[in-house]
Amino acid sequence: MSQSLLDRPSVPGTRLGLIDCDVHHAMRSPRDLDPYLAQKWRDHLGTYGSRKPVPFTGTSPYFKSAPALSRKDTWPPNGGPPGSDLAFLQEQLLDRYGIECGMLHLLSMTGMDQRNQEFGAALCRAVNHWQHEVWTQKDRRLKAAIVVPGEDAAAAVQEIEYWAGNRDFAQVSMVTHTIEPLGRRRYWPIYEAAAAHDLPIGLHTSGFNGHAVTPTGWSSYYAEEHHEVAISQQALVTSLVCEGVLARLPSLRVVMVECGLAWVPSLCWRLDQHWKRMRDEVPHLDGPPSSYVKSQMWFTTQPMDEPERPADLSKILEWIGWDRILFATDYPHWDFDDPETAVKVKLTETQRRMIFRDNARAAYNL
Amino acid sequence: MSKHVVAMVREIPPGSRKLVTVRGRPIAVFNIKGEFYGLLNRCPHQGGPMCEGVLTGLIESDEPGTYQYSRAGEILRCPWHGWEFDVKTGQSYCDPEKISVRNYPVEVAPGQRVVQGPYVAETIPVTVEEEYVVVDV
Repeated sequence: MSQSLLDRPSVPGTRLGLIDCDVHHAMRSPRDLDPYLAQKWRDHLGTYGSRKPVPFTGTSPYFKSAPALSRKDTWPPNGGPPGSDLAFLQEQLLDRYGIECGMLHLLSMTGMDQRNQEFGAALCRAVNHWQHEVWTQKDRRLKAAIVVPGEDAAAAVQEIEYWAGNRDFAQVSMVTHTIEPLGRRRYWPIYEAAAAHDLPIGLHTSGFNGHAVTPTGWSSYYAEEHHEVAISQQALVTSLVCEGVLARLPSLRVVMVECGLAWVPSLCWRLDQHWKRMRDEVPHLDGPPSSYVKSQMWFTTQPMDEPERPADLSKILEWIGWDRILFATDYPHWDFDDPETAVKVKLTETQRRMIFRDNARAAYNL
Repeated sequence: MSKHVVAMVREIPPGSRKLVTVRGRPIAVFNIKGEFYGLLNRCPHQGGPMCEGVLTGLIESDEPGTYQYSRAGEILRCPWHGWEFDVKTGQSYCDPEKISVRNYPVEVAPGQRVVQGPYVAETIPVTVEEEYVVVDV
């Protein structure tokens, strides 16, 4: 007699008003941005296209067996790629799971990692107008991220200033595979602007910087790469903490998106151990590194870690801190987590409310 | 268990599949080279719709650099996370002892026999000339 994992108790009652902290909308084509781009940049897009700090720009490290990185059942019946049809996204995600609020993260044609700085800034502005008109104004459940060109801090700050105060935008987003670790001072103006406008920074693993995702060189298999984005995000957390970004800006909130969870406790333990021994090298830290992670950072669940014994997940979540965890589906991508079946551990009513809704309200000040 | 007539054989030619509902259960019926197999349309991992999965083969290797490809068209991958299942038994590749998609026996019955019963044919009109796909649920 076979045992189905779904025979175990699943997480019921996400009907309480779920907040999904990672939803991917998409353009039917980069030409969707035309109404929001000056003629110069429309011509530029057609003539030169996208230019990013990576070789072989016609391909990507992502695997091809799920076209558009997506679940096979998410291609809209009316055409276009997954995530490009609002009505279908509403039916398949927002209405289906009773989602109160969905946090949008755009992964393609964002302008966030363009080498041509002016084009990157123009693209970010256009993308944000497109998000506003085509998505958030049409469904109030959807909240956009202000996409900014992270390597051009001045332009990024201008973009934040342009949209700040517009409640359709719940966070600031920039790529995570950057030229330098994100804690470095060249990026600080972006954090200052975000904190000044009470906007969290949402760091969805993304982008290209010409470096391998792993610090030990290029991997051969996608099965490796998919895990290594988590390692790159650990380096990012370490940088934000150790460079003093969080210490300097106590009101800055940072949401780490789609990079796993189970590594967070061990990273904190090790950083705290180093801090006890080498605190004088980083005297700008007022307390142990974990204290910044536990008060200023949040982590989204998807792809949810799946321990050998599902119940062990409870311990991991407790070590991270129940108040740090935000549920996310990653719809429509192939590694989507179903709100009703992905968390294979018993939660108390309070824990459930925190993970599925209340933590997000705090992180995004909703 | 009772036998339910879910389709005419010619509706599901070799290489195709059909999603049917029997006694409230969504069941994906596959025609693999003329043989029929039924699986619950719900992946045991997170509930992905198995009927929309890709049928592929089994790739195995004894050591890095070598591989064997077998059972072409008999391995069903969930359309969400790509878990592999034997379409004939529902067994998973990742943990065959513990993880399976529920499978249902499927047979082909001639209209002559279906008409006599005790088959349940709530939604399919039955004639003696046709052959039918019957799922045991």
